[in-house]
Amino acid sequence: MKQTSEVVLEVRNLDLSYDDYAVMRNLNFKILKGEVFIIMGGSGCGKSTLLKSLIGLRAPARGDVLYGEKNFWREDESVQKDLIRSFGVLYQGGALWSSLTLGENVALALELYSNLSASQIQEVVELKLALVGLSGYSQFYPSEISGGMRKRAGLARAIALDPSIIFFDEPSAGLDPINSRMLDDLILQLRDALGATFVVVTHELASIFAIGNNSVFLDANSKTIIAEGNPKDLLANSRDPKVIGFLTRGKK
Amino acid sequence: MPSEKINFDYSIPKTLQIKLTGAWLMSSGIPVVSEITSQFLNRADVVQIAFDTSKISKWDSGLVSFLLGLINECQRRNIKVDRKGLPGGVLKLLDLTEKFTEKIKPQESKQEPFLQIVGGKALQLKESMLSLLSFLGEIAVSLNRTIAGKAYFRFNDFMLIVQRCGADALGLVSLISVLVGVILAFIGAIQLRIFGAQIYIADIVGIAMVRVMGAVMTGIIMSGRTGASFAAELGIMQTNEEIDALKTLGVNPVEFLVVPRILALVVMLPLLTLYADFMGILGGYAISTGVLGINPVEYLNHTRSAVKLSNLWIGLIHSFVFGIIIAISGCLRGMNCERSANGVGEATTSAVVTSITSIVIATAIITFICQVLGV
Repeated sequence: MKQTSEVVLEVRNLDLSYDDYAVMRNLNFKILKGEVFIIMGGSGCGKSTLLKSLIGLRAPARGDVLYGEKNFWREDESVQKDLIRSFGVLYQGGALWSSLTLGENVALALELYSNLSASQIQEVVELKLALVGLSGYSQFYPSEISGGMRKRAGLARAIALDPSIIFFDEPSAGLDPINSRMLDDLILQLRDALGATFVVVTHELASIFAIGNNSVFLDANSKTIIAEGNPKDLLANSRDPKVIGFLTRGKK
Repeated sequence: MPSEKINFDYSIPKTLQIKLTGAWLMSSGIPVVSEITSQFLNRADVVQIAFDTSKISKWDSGLVSFLLGLINECQRRNIKVDRKGLPGGVLKLLDLTEKFTEKIKPQESKQEPFLQIVGGKALQLKESMLSLLSFLGEIAVSLNRTIAGKAYFRFNDFMLIVQRCGADALGLVSLISVLVGVILAFIGAIQLRIFGAQIYIADIVGIAMVRVMGAVMTGIIMSGRTGASFAAELGIMQTNEEIDALKTLGVNPVEFLVVPRILALVVMLPLLTLYADFMGILGGYAISTGVLGINPVEYLNHTRSAVKLSNLWIGLIHSFVFGIIIAISGCLRGMNCERSANGVGEATTSAVVTSITSIVIATAIITFICQVLGV
């Protein structure tokens, strides 16, 4: 699917802090429908804190997170819940519920929010697991599968309700290059098939260049965005030594 | 008409064209595949199905799931499926589900015979006994090395554990012990009042608290508080591979983690028991003198003459044994914890159940021995 000019998520004048300690200041960016948007930066720069603000887990100190016309942190709780339901989130370690099977992990959201019968939910669960290459694994528990499979199962859970925006926190972390590449391919295929927007927090260069078509670069020292655009364009055109250093692994 | 969202068109020879209309969303419900297929699968004139989806207004995975079920059913009956009329996004999703060919056979669930279940449980019991013996052996060796000064022992960590399982528990121990003293005084008063012997409440409260109740109540409190905390702490360390990291550093985890906990609890439980004895007697004293009208000096004199030093030693022996039981139960369950959130929960529950059960059994054994010895 090609990206459009429709803005699905806009961040305006966002400040993030832990009590009095400022993590990021004055963040501004827009994410278009169908984009794979990368939030990148060095370790500890505040990428995950920003992600938490985008998905409703941590209120910002100041500023707005807009989903279409809705200003997430200024809406009442019921609207926030509806918005959250339209997100899918893949956490770093998969964050599967260990007491539930993979099938039950995926089915939970469908049981809560769809109008399907139990057998239809089972069919949708099988479809979602098949989409991530885990057909036949619905009866397995998270402890019985590998780390890469747990990530894919987490992705199946994240796409259970066909979300319009899917957030990824370090999707490649802890994966071997083949599994990492496979997950990148899967992200692109799902983007094309589902027409969803993907927001990916990562510092894995291979993934950034393979899947990203827009990005922001967060800097821990200046506590704000110091570059934005297509990662390949940033590599070719940026003159900021921090951005170039990051994108070339410090070789330039 | 099969469904308000589906129409069948048989106008093309040997082909059934399925026309899908309206919204196909999970939130609004989707038709059941078997109800739809039952209406055409037995028709001999249908050798192929095709789709017309031009009148679909909205769709999501509900449609894809429905189509997947329909296609699988048709393939099982050797009916060809022409996918040309499906939306592009649906085709991509269907392709993606078929891309991963590496499928596994679903696990067969079979009922185990009764004897196999009993045998399995017996083997599990044997394994857990062996694991307990092995753990006790490791503790003995590690304690020996610690006492000999050969083990890596961090005194600051030890003092922190002492604080957590000692001073931090004083509030809870105070509350429970005072209330136990109060309860004992009231129960004693019910019978002793009949004989005009209320002054003997002091004897009952004093002996009961010092000889067994102080130690048992403190043991139960510490099982739920400290034993559970040991199991959860070590269980999470096991889950986070922190214990593996110690092993690969050449540090014996029993020496580093278990021995300080056992020593701390073995030191602190007798001290907490002495404190609980005092608080229990205080509770009984307050009720007896304040509510039941017993003379305070007389109460204290009776307590002093009734509570012998042997009672105190028996109480301390109880508490020493309980300290070992609680620490070993908590540490054993934590160290053997499965690496999952469930595992940590099970380890914690098991630690509390094991230590409380063992405390009751140990109390019965010590009481029996005291009876035999006439102490």
